[in-house]
Amino acid sequence: MPGAVSRRAVETPLRRIAGDFASDAIAMAGLALLCAIIAAALLAPFISPQNPYDLSQLDVMEGRLPPGSPAPHGVYWLGTDDQGRDMLSAILYGLRISLGVGVVATGFALVIGLVMGLTAASMGGRMEALIMRVVDIQLSFPAILIALILLAVLGQGTGKIVLALVTVQWAYYARTVRSAALVEQRKEYMEAARGLGLRPARIVFRHLLPNCLPPMIVVATVQVASAIALEATLSFLGLGLPITEPSLGLLIANGYQYLLSGKYWISFFPGIALVCTILSINLVADQLRDVLNPRLQR
Amino acid sequence: MLAFIIRRSLQSVAVLVAMSLLVFVGVYAVGNPIDILINPQADQIEREHAIAALGLDRSLPEQYLSFVTGAAHGDLGRSFVHSTPALSLILERMPATMELALAAMVIAIVLGIPLGLWAGLKPRSIAGRAIMAGSILGFSLPTFWVGLMLIMVFSVMLGWLPSSGRGPTVDLFGVIPVSFLSLEGWRHLALPAINLALFKLALLIRLTRAGAREALLQDYVKFARAKGLTNARIIGVHVLRNILIPIVTVIGLELGSVIAFAIVTESVFAWPGMGKLLIDSIGLLDRPVIVAYLLIIVTLFIIINLVVDILYSALDPRVRVTESKG
Amino acid sequence: MSVPLLEVEGLRTHFFTKAGVVKAVDDVSFTVSKGEVLGLVGESGSGKTMIGYSIMGLIDPPGRIVSGRIVLGGRDLRALSPEALRQLRGNRIAMIFQDPMMTLNPVLRIDVQMVETILAHESLPRAAAMERSRAALVRVGIPSPDERLSAYPHQFSGGMRQRVAIAIALLNNPDLIIADEPTTALDVTIQGQILYEMQKLTRETGAAMIWVTHDLAVVAGLADRVCVMYAGRIVEEGTVADVIERPVHPYTQGLLDSVPSRTARGVRLKPIQGMAPSLADLPLGCAFRDRCGRSIDACLGAPETRMVGDLSRGRAVRCHNPLPPVAVLE
Repeated sequence: MPGAVSRRAVETPLRRIAGDFASDAIAMAGLALLCAIIAAALLAPFISPQNPYDLSQLDVMEGRLPPGSPAPHGVYWLGTDDQGRDMLSAILYGLRISLGVGVVATGFALVIGLVMGLTAASMGGRMEALIMRVVDIQLSFPAILIALILLAVLGQGTGKIVLALVTVQWAYYARTVRSAALVEQRKEYMEAARGLGLRPARIVFRHLLPNCLPPMIVVATVQVASAIALEATLSFLGLGLPITEPSLGLLIANGYQYLLSGKYWISFFPGIALVCTILSINLVADQLRDVLNPRLQR
Repeated sequence: MLAFIIRRSLQSVAVLVAMSLLVFVGVYAVGNPIDILINPQADQIEREHAIAALGLDRSLPEQYLSFVTGAAHGDLGRSFVHSTPALSLILERMPATMELALAAMVIAIVLGIPLGLWAGLKPRSIAGRAIMAGSILGFSLPTFWVGLMLIMVFSVMLGWLPSSGRGPTVDLFGVIPVSFLSLEGWRHLALPAINLALFKLALLIRLTRAGAREALLQDYVKFARAKGLTNARIIGVHVLRNILIPIVTVIGLELGSVIAFAIVTESVFAWPGMGKLLIDSIGLLDRPVIVAYLLIIVTLFIIINLVVDILYSALDPRVRVTESKG
Repeated sequence: MSVPLLEVEGLRTHFFTKAGVVKAVDDVSFTVSKGEVLGLVGESGSGKTMIGYSIMGLIDPPGRIVSGRIVLGGRDLRALSPEALRQLRGNRIAMIFQDPMMTLNPVLRIDVQMVETILAHESLPRAAAMERSRAALVRVGIPSPDERLSAYPHQFSGGMRQRVAIAIALLNNPDLIIADEPTTALDVTIQGQILYEMQKLTRETGAAMIWVTHDLAVVAGLADRVCVMYAGRIVEEGTVADVIERPVHPYTQGLLDSVPSRTARGVRLKPIQGMAPSLADLPLGCAFRDRCGRSIDACLGAPETRMVGDLSRGRAVRCHNPLPPVAVLE
């Protein structure tokens, strides 16, 4: 019996979540793929065959070579683009940019959404009505339309696309946080915390915030994927990142004109990298949603 | 019901006015169209002529005021580039976008609801799992890249279908040019429509599946079985009628998003719709066209939301009653 | 004794879950004669509802009828094809559920839900089916039936909805009605009305009924015979008078002792100690052993069903150490 008790004590929420998460093979495969992609992006300067943006290493004569062509450094496994750039290297560097933009934008949006949502939930009244009204109106328009308007207004640039992504996303977090916070506020431990005379800030940060986290984690995971997809789409349309910051979307756009002449690899492989990134994040998010949802716990 | 519609319509007008102001201020504060539109070799007098002709010398509030009075008369300004009224420029392109969006929506509905139903009724079967896996994939594939791959496979490699344009159009009712009335038009419509449908298809599959699984657990399904109804009737009437309510709502709301997303598909397939016009106009800083496009799409959205709300209350008897009481 | 309408013999319905096999119904046998009302009494989770679903053929995976026979009017229901079983459901056997707020489809009109029940079993002109539906509503005491037919469920109160559900069950004049706690979710006054109506209707139509409930008081006023269930098994069976006045199983005795009664004011209630065991993890031997004041060594072995007292009265008990049939008669 004491053995049973101590075993129970070791069963922390984190361990339970990790255990539940690991119970699905497809989700684990998604997680493994995601880890591999992140590692590849972080290590790009060390593992890619060439620095795709060091012009001295490029040779236009080597342009548009199909996958498997011999290269000075070995083999162009995924072919080259029109400027003779090794596609594998370009993709690894592109992943860095795509992931970076997605994560940074999600981070900012998360913070802004959290602050707005918690403000709405804890202040109530007019402030809440105002914030939620803006959220509602914004969410009734598709993200891509809002991002396009902003970029049409602001012009191009890395900072501007991050701003556009943040503007598109904060509303999702604000809504999620507010509804989670409203549910939490009605629970008894919140009454108890207030009854103990804790300062409001302490209540919000020590009690409300941790309990809003599970739904936020799920939303944030999904939103990183959609931020990456949206950035790629905008870059493809020529409204996203500048040519000096070639994300995966830009690489794909770059290969568009050669696609019709059968030189598929310039668009195809960056696309595969993009799909794998988004897919792996979505698989992880799907499983997280199930694991973190108390209603679905068996 | 009438009071409800009037209240909702007033709300919609308020949103429209707010959006027009935001859009106008935003777009008219962008860059400097003078540099783009006027020949750099032009002398000072020519420049001033052009600026006056385009109304660019006036203050922003003045420009907005003239814009609003114009808009009230159906005049959203003239395109800097095409020198034609922006409104008619967009309306000319609208049938192409609408045809594409509706075709995509029809594909998504016709395939999505039955597939989602199947996956919901038999979640553990191989087909059920395959449908779900496909829908996760559908969510993860960026529309523009799928478009490129469709072109690569069906146009370049197999040579079955054209990769761009709308093909010959036939006038429906003598006024609306459409592609779907001719075989050649169908061939042009096929790839863009499939491309645009994919994401919504994935969405509808998930939605229908979740709805079906939820409905199957309800007592009224068990009671329907206890009444000795056939499976076809239970699924086709009892289950479907219940999940149709959220589905119709989402389909309505997604119609707007499909029109917005057509921007991407139109760019990939050079489909001559409003979305491609918008991208071209953004590139050329053709502000009247951008503003007109945004106002038209906002109006479209507001109308769609309104129609969905009304449809929703027509479908769900519970909502209908509370509304008529209120 | 006449040939029974329904004969259930050795029925076992098990659920194969991740946590183990849940023996919801475990070796259950009973009969119901024509026009008879059988009360099936047990705590929640004792498997009584699953008996109803087993007869109806409504057990869903991971549940399955493992063994046993269910014979209705000479036909073994377990041997029937799904289609033949469907034709019996809602036609020869009808079922009424616990929560009337959930059983009617919220988005279909009452007439649709009634007419489809008739048309699922016979081809009839719509107008005739409509007329029969109208008559059924009248029969269960629903005022202005024409108006009610074209209404939606949410326009009815809970009691009215349960009347509609009863009217639907009666539409095809079934031989057997399985009523699964149909009054539990209702107010006490409505409960009384519904009980009265059901009694009257079964008498009028000659339908037999299985009334599933956790409430011995309800059964006392309604049923002819009672089966008491504990942990998926029938532990005592007999006429209402016998079981309620002279219980022989310690569990039945415990149930009766934990009900406050008017006649024994001031007498201390004696609730049954402990909790009902999990059906997934039943103790060996008698499942009631740990909570029983009369348990003996023999209770470590599973008790068999034994007839007690006068054979013609159909008294049976499943206990190694039953109370003497006269225990309460002092």
